[in-house]
Amino acid sequence: MSVKQALLALLEQGPMYGYQLRVEFETRTGSTWPLNVGQVYTTLNRLERDGLVAGEGVDDDGHVVYRITDEGRDEVAAWFTTPVARTQPPRDELAIKLALAVTVPGVDVGTVIQRQRTATMVALQDYTRLKRAGRAANPARPDDMAWSLVLDSLVFVAEAEIRWLDHCEARLRRAVRTAENTATFEAGQPREVNR
Amino acid sequence: MNATLHLDDVTRVHGSGPTEVHALRGVSFRAHAGELVAVMGPSGSGKSTLLTLAGGLDTPTAGRVVVDGVDLAALGGAGRARMRRTSIGYVFQDFNLIPALTAAENVALPRELDGQRSRAARKAALAVLEEVGIPELADRFPDEMSGGQQQRVAIARAVVGERRLILADEPTGALDTDTGEEILRLLRARCDAGATGVLVTHEARHAAWADRVVFLRDGVVVDESGADPVDALLEPGMSR
Repeated sequence: MSVKQALLALLEQGPMYGYQLRVEFETRTGSTWPLNVGQVYTTLNRLERDGLVAGEGVDDDGHVVYRITDEGRDEVAAWFTTPVARTQPPRDELAIKLALAVTVPGVDVGTVIQRQRTATMVALQDYTRLKRAGRAANPARPDDMAWSLVLDSLVFVAEAEIRWLDHCEARLRRAVRTAENTATFEAGQPREVNR
Repeated sequence: MNATLHLDDVTRVHGSGPTEVHALRGVSFRAHAGELVAVMGPSGSGKSTLLTLAGGLDTPTAGRVVVDGVDLAALGGAGRARMRRTSIGYVFQDFNLIPALTAAENVALPRELDGQRSRAARKAALAVLEEVGIPELADRFPDEMSGGQQQRVAIARAVVGERRLILADEPTGALDTDTGEEILRLLRARCDAGATGVLVTHEARHAAWADRVVFLRDGVVVDESGADPVDALLEPGMSR
């Protein structure tokens, strides 16, 4: 995830210090992708080194406040106008697990699929509960809407995972049936010939 | 706790001999007041059979189906038809409204068939149409309404007369994503208000509105999800 661009985009709203940035980030995205404060400050240091933000000095409570520079604004504009790259799909543990389950002997793939489907459904029910209640249910403010859309994204991803699991199950069962039919056919063949 | 709907070791076999099909094999299932239960499974898994048995539209080969404490098999055809007018509401994928009747007349029909006078039935129908959010559509005919509006009318028809058990068979199947979600929201609200809901769907996103999700495979319950919420997913602001 691009913490760098996300923080820059937040600074478009006005100067902020590290902890504030973390809070603003999480108001929009939930605690789905938690940022630790250390990560925020490391990123700010790098952004300052690259001339994308500048220190504005220290506020009354001793926080170091940062503002975005013109170069920083260009970077944000470029981020928003460039699609997220899909060339390198993120490593998907479930796809890898299933790829191994169907090839390693002695693994009950059906059970692997059903356990995962139940677990993903539990997560999906949980996202839906958050959608029904709380600030995502009636998003009045822009950051409530942001959080609601992030929840929708989680919902669609979980749904896609369940659909894929259904698809895997159906294909594997069909493959087993085909294999059984072929075996019956081959076993029956000599008898037909001998009759 | 007493379940509104109770399936006890239910088996349903269609046909006999070599063409015999076991649609359900010894399924036990409960749904309580205030609860929405989703039933998922691939086609042929038995989920629609489960719903038709629960609705008294079909009878089991073995086992018991109990609604509101009444064994449906013991009732006979006339008794089951009466249960469908007074205790059980059915919602279909394609709405099944009567085209020649207005929304209010469609909703009033089960009350009138149950012997209520038409004025009282209309009054009850208007009250339920208000509850499902479409009081202004009372005098429209089905072909003057969108799919989502027709499904709302169908839900009103399913709950009119204080019926506590709502059985919904793919109620969002003919609707787009947003409208489908509104229908789920409405079913969910009816259950939160005390009704018992059973939702058959193949869409995980819609099943997720349920308190419990039951998975059927080849006529057998293979798993169930939704006992406890995952606490790792907190609303922002709640974690601090």
